Formats: sequence, structure tokens, C-alpha cells
Amino acid sequence: MSAVRIYFYNIFHSLYTVAVGMKITGKHIFTRSATIQYPTVKKMIPERARNRLYVNIDDCIGCDQCAAACPVDCITIDTIKSTPDVDLGLTSKKTKKRLYVPKFDIDIGKCCYCGLCVYPCPTDCIVMTDVYEFSELDRKNLIYSFADMTAEEIETAKEKLKSYEADQAAKKAAQPQTAAVPLQVKVTLPQSAPPDAPKPPEEKNEKS
Amino acid sequence: METIQYIFSNPVVQAVLLSALPLVFVLTYVLVVLYTEMKIAAHIQDRVAYMRTGWHGVLQNIADMIKLLLKEDIIPDRSDKMFFRLAPYIAFAGSYAMYAVLPFSSLFIGADINLGVFFLVAAGSLVVIGILMAGWSSNNKWSMLGGVRSAAQMISYEIPTSLAIVMVAMITGSLNLQAVTKFQDGGIQNWLLFGGSLPLTQKLCLLPFTFIAFLILFISSIAEVNRTPFDLPEAESELVQGFFTEYSGMRFAIFYLSEYANLFTVSAVGVSLFLGGWSSPFGAVMSGPVWGVFWFVIKSFAFVVLQIWVRWTLPRLRVDQLMYVSWKVLTPWLLFCLLAVGFILVI
Repeated sequence: MSAVRIYFYNIFHSLYTVAVGMKITGKHIFTRSATIQYPTVKKMIPERARNRLYVNIDDCIGCDQCAAACPVDCITIDTIKSTPDVDLGLTSKKTKKRLYVPKFDIDIGKCCYCGLCVYPCPTDCIVMTDVYEFSELDRKNLIYSFADMTAEEIETAKEKLKSYEADQAAKKAAQPQTAAVPLQVKVTLPQSAPPDAPKPPEEKNEKS
Repeated sequence: METIQYIFSNPVVQAVLLSALPLVFVLTYVLVVLYTEMKIAAHIQDRVAYMRTGWHGVLQNIADMIKLLLKEDIIPDRSDKMFFRLAPYIAFAGSYAMYAVLPFSSLFIGADINLGVFFLVAAGSLVVIGILMAGWSSNNKWSMLGGVRSAAQMISYEIPTSLAIVMVAMITGSLNLQAVTKFQDGGIQNWLLFGGSLPLTQKLCLLPFTFIAFLILFISSIAEVNRTPFDLPEAESELVQGFFTEYSGMRFAIFYLSEYANLFTVSAVGVSLFLGGWSSPFGAVMSGPVWGVFWFVIKSFAFVVLQIWVRWTLPRLRVDQLMYVSWKVLTPWLLFCLLAVGFILVI
């Protein structure tokens, strides 16, 4: 094209493209906006979305597998063995509960929402809920305690265990080979793990 | 009571009150146009803009204004403090001075002077001085570049604007905006955009040229108020905020006020020159001094909305493109149109 033609072509072409652009934006003025008025209107979140953790403490058997699976160590569990004469009841999966859980803390501020704690749980008591609005003004409030035992209950459970153990030790001293072997989930697990795996819940509890 | 009457009969007091009247209009208009602009911008981008302050966010601008009033007024240590303080007021004085010659209605005009449009162009240049002053006194490279760009841009685009005004003056035989508006009175067919109230053959010959002149006036008026696609003086990606980078608080707000006041003025000029000003588009129906104000404001506001629409559609021009558009496209075309109009009027 000659320079003159380019000059005129540019002028009309730019006018035309401006008109095209104006038409597009003009259309968008009257299309429905994509905005959702968030706090009042909420979007449905996907069914399997991972948000705040919830622990159904009635079902927890204190196996500590969730704490072991957690990559950021945000779960802290304390357990107290129950004595054979106490019946702690069954979980919803008909597993017998053998351990008191005096402490089940999740520091949700540390949580990375990977959901790895959910899968190992034998009783499905730790779950990811769809709650995602839980900001706090104080960081301490982000440590959620799920355990429902009172201080007194913990104390009595400890006392009971102590006296029972003393009892057993006395019996053991009498006849060494017949010591009762209670379920030893906590001990067997770390052994089956690879040698370089993060070690044992006991250690962790001390740290926190 | 008599004292009040005495005070109001004083010509100085009357002049002050009369000159304060457009200020009331400007302030309310700025509130409305800011809201409109944000809403249009948001809806063009499929958003909804503010929704929380009042019904659909109508009180947002008032809240913003209170916020700006309460903000700390920061003046850079190394700036030229006197000019830094003075600049926003000069810019606003320039924009506000233009309201003196705008014919709001057949009865209301601040100063019915013969060189009305000429005064407009002159007062508009005062805004450039304010902007240049702000850019220079900030002692900031972005501000300075913004100020210089703004000056270059406004001076370049004043030429097509002036030429369009000259064309109007040729057709109507007057530079008085009131007279120009009266020339176009009597319905939509008499608007200068459609050739004015001349004999039919002359009118039809004039029509393409006045149309081009109107288009060029529209483009250069956008450039004169420094808005996208000609917002080089405040190009965020290059110059932060341009000439008012260093401004904060109320001085910043005054620059904004000046910009939006200017936006209305250029629209009002476009409306007065080419779209019949305060005259009703239906001839004698709905005409009169009060309806005049209504038509003037409605037409100008439609023009403003058009500018907002353009702003949120087009990307920014490059500096060389800006100069190209002004010197190689708008000016020659208008000169050609002027020549053609001259011939038609002589014949």
C-alpha cells in the first residue's frame, strides 16, 4: 500500500476498532455481573473441599495416627490408659475404646489443610468440614481443644492408672511371666515405620 | 430584615453568590459523576462496584470525601513548598473559571461576554499551568515527567479544539456561547452537528464537515482532560500517578475535583457548540429557562457518560501516537473541513 493509502486506512481502521471495542464494553454494561456479595451470599464449596478440621471426640480412640501423619505437627494428643475395670464404650464403628483422651489440640493456625490426618483415622473421627471462616483476633484462639475431659476426670484417671500399674508391678514381681499385655498400638506403630521416619508421639508431646 | 436586604442588594455580595452557584453544582455533580463512573467501570468489567455504603453504595463518595479530609497532608521536604501548595488551587481555579461563560440556560450565564469560547480556551490553559506547577514543584521525576507530558498534550490538543471552535464561529458568526446556542435553537434538526439552522441545501453541504468537526472536538476534549486513552500524564504503569504522585489528602482531592470539573466543562462546550446547548431537541416542546437547565445538564451528562465509556474501553496511547493523532490526523482534517466550510458559506 502506498503511504497515503496507509494513512487513510489507519484512520478508518482505528475508528472501526474503537467502535468494535465500544460495542463489546457496551454489551458488558448490561450483562449480569459475576460478583457475589460474599458475606451475605455464599458460593457452594465443593463436596470434598478441605477446610477446618473437626474431631468427633466421642469416637476417638487416641491412636495418635493423625498426629503422626501431620506434616506440620499441628495435632497434639495426650492419652491415658484405662484400667480393665473401666468401660469407655464403643465408637460408632464398634471399636472398643481403651484410652482416655485428656488432650486433643489442633493448632489450626499451623494446619496446611492437606487432609493427610483424615485418611489414617481408624474410626473416621477426624474430618475436614466446610467451615472456612474462622479468623480470630488472637492467635491463641486458633488452637482448638476437642477433648471433653475435665481436670478432675483426668486426675482420677491418672490416679487410677497409677494404682493399677503399681498393682500390676507388684503382681509381676510375684510371678514375672504372666503380665497382662494390653493393646499396644502406640508402641508397634513407630516400629513398623521406616527408620528415618519422624519419631514417636511421646517425643512430640514433650516438645509441645 | 432590612439589613439582609441591604446585604443582598450589594452588587459585590450578589456577584459572590452568583459565582458560588456553579460551585454548588460542581460539587454535587462530582459526587454523581464519580458514582456513575465507578458503576459504569465496574459493570463494563462485570463487577458491581461498591454495594455497602448506603443503597448500592451511593454514600461511598461522601465517605471517601470525609476520609480525604481527615488524611494527613504530606508535603515532601525537598519540594518547592509554596508552589506545591498553590498548584491544586490554580488547577481548580482554571477549571472553575470556565463555568463563568457556560450558558446553563437562556437566562443563567455567569458572564455573557462576546469572547466566551475564547475565554474558555484561555482559562483551560490555566489548568496546564497548575499541572505543570504541581509536577515541577514536587521535585520528583515522575511528577515532572507527568507535568511535562500534560503540558505537551494539552498544548497539542488545544489546536484541534480551537479549530473546531473557529468552525463554529464561522458558521454562527459569534464566539458568545449564548449566541451560538440561540443559533441552534428550535429542535434537533437545527443543531450544529446536523448543520445548524441554515437553509437546507447549505445545511446538507455542511453536515459532513460539522460531523467530522464534532468528532474531532470530542477526541481532543478527552485529551484535554487527561483521560484514557490520552491519560499519559498520569499513566500508572509508567509514572505512578503522574503530576500528583506526591499529593495526598485534600490537595489530591482538589486535583480530582479539578479533573472532573474539567470533564464537565469540555462536555458542556461540546454540547453548547454542536448539540444545541440548553435548547430542547423537540423545538418548542419542553423549552424555557428552567427546561434549559435540564437539557443542558442532561446533554452534558450524556457526553460525560460517553467519555467514561470510552475511558473504560480503550487502552492508553503511546507518546508518539498521541502526537501523531493530534498533528497528523486531527489538525489537517480540521483545516480541510474549515476550508470546505468557508467555501460553502461563501457560496
